Amino acid sequence: MAISANEVKHVASLAKLDVSDAELEKFTGQMDQIINMVQQLNEVDTTDVPVTTTVTDAFDVMREDIAVKGTDRELLMENVPERKDGFIKVPAIIDESEEG
Amino acid sequence: MNFETTIGLEVHIEMKTNSKAYSPAPVMYGAEPNTNTNVIDWGYPGVLPQVNKGALEYGMRAALALNCDITRDIHFDRKNYFYPDNPKAYQITQAQTPIGRNGWLEIELEDGTKKRIGIEEMHVEEDAGKNTHNPDGYSYVDLNRQGTPLIEIVSKPDIASPEEAYAYLTRLRQIIQFTGVSDVKMEEGSMRADVNISVRPIGSTKFGTKTEMKNLNSFEHVKKGLEFEAKRQEKVLMSGGQIQQETRRFDEPSGETILMRVKEGKSDYRYFPEPDIPPIHISDEWVKEVKDSIPEMPDVRRKRYVNDWGIPEYDAGVLTQTKEMSDFYEATVAAGADAKLAANWLMGEVSAYLNAQKVELGDTALTPEHLATMIKLIQDETISSKIAKKVFKEIIKNDTEPKAWVEEKGMVQLSDPAKLQPIIDEVLDNNEQSIEDFKNGKDRAVGFLVGNIMKQTHGKANPKVVNQLLMASLKER
Repeated sequence: MAISANEVKHVASLAKLDVSDAELEKFTGQMDQIINMVQQLNEVDTTDVPVTTTVTDAFDVMREDIAVKGTDRELLMENVPERKDGFIKVPAIIDESEEG
Repeated sequence: MNFETTIGLEVHIEMKTNSKAYSPAPVMYGAEPNTNTNVIDWGYPGVLPQVNKGALEYGMRAALALNCDITRDIHFDRKNYFYPDNPKAYQITQAQTPIGRNGWLEIELEDGTKKRIGIEEMHVEEDAGKNTHNPDGYSYVDLNRQGTPLIEIVSKPDIASPEEAYAYLTRLRQIIQFTGVSDVKMEEGSMRADVNISVRPIGSTKFGTKTEMKNLNSFEHVKKGLEFEAKRQEKVLMSGGQIQQETRRFDEPSGETILMRVKEGKSDYRYFPEPDIPPIHISDEWVKEVKDSIPEMPDVRRKRYVNDWGIPEYDAGVLTQTKEMSDFYEATVAAGADAKLAANWLMGEVSAYLNAQKVELGDTALTPEHLATMIKLIQDETISSKIAKKVFKEIIKNDTEPKAWVEEKGMVQLSDPAKLQPIIDEVLDNNEQSIEDFKNGKDRAVGFLVGNIMKQTHGKANPKVVNQLLMASLKER
């Protein structure tokens, strides 16, 4: 197996997803197949090939530091299930902020 | 057993660019919730972030001011985590190619010793939004801060005590403030520190297991938290226990650190190169351009004050503590004030006023021009130093031109002997006993007479002239 059920469980918990035992078995099998397929790339000899960090030919794409007025809040809020006083209302997840 | 402490600091500083790191939404503190955001900040599907050239340039400026080597070929990386303050579920940061590496800054401890603290790396990244937890079981999210450009500055484990950590933060704030890339206001959260600390028996070559405290927003908390944590770890080790790698929180009321959670491993962030942002090459010309744009640093100013203006080393250090004070001082001297007197006023009366009122220089009505005018009035003896204190109180509170005000209020010092002599004669005539006392060697009598003359002139008499005239008159009697 390329990935264990425990690893799948761990990744799910990082994403705050609940998975049932049946789902865990199913996802582990599916992810195992995906990884096995991608692992075929390991057959290519990449000695002396730099790590790929981009797949476009573009480089040095930047914009000048000019501020543009924020998008209308009402428009942005159209996909927000619950809101209050201009805030997005979400179930509290305490003390796990990774800000910065 | 004796222990030595090893401290590392990761400091996040918000940069005061016009727009965000990867979106053109405005960077502004204190706006209505969710009004300075756009689809990129919200992580809407299909949006494409673009690097703010200004943010990268500010990052370079800070890196150069901290003596870092600039990484010439950079790309950005995704740091994945799930939390409502960051709707796209990853932070765009620089994990593999930080903008700056191998820098240093010099700290000065209370006893005057200097020590160089290494900077491992510093990178440009984005801030998250703000989550406000409510007792109702919900959190309220404001994404205005989401995407605000940050620089993260990671120290080398060169810091050996809580005092050194405090000195490091003070120095870092000073340097960054002088570069102009941030206001570095702790109270507005534009500077925040994560600290890690470990202890090990003296002589041990291996670092101890470290614990971490995140998002400390006062230098005092950093110092107190570290002091507590060093002692706690020593106690655990002394009693045969082991330190667990964990995140702790500094609890201000008790002065203790409290366990928050056992730390997630680094690989849990599943970093990978950000595919939406193409790599960037930083040319020699660009580095030079940024280098040339760095304003004069505090140490250079400090030396200039000492060498050119004859200001004592200590005073020059105090005057260059903040850019605001240093700029004000230079403008006062430029407006014609004597450099030494201007330094004395700023470090004396002005600082006392700011401390008492808990305000900053910019919050007062004082201007360098008014302060310079007042100092000139003292120097040419138009006003006495006693009257100057009254003038000072007026010009720091109200935007009043001191020269006109002094004249209007009749506060001009009385220095003309022709006007002072009759007053002195009158006072002497009315105080025969004091003349007697003076002749019997009681010096106190002079003070009494001067006091009387001052009273007669409503405090406007020039004390120097009064003294000269009075002594001459006493001898004649």
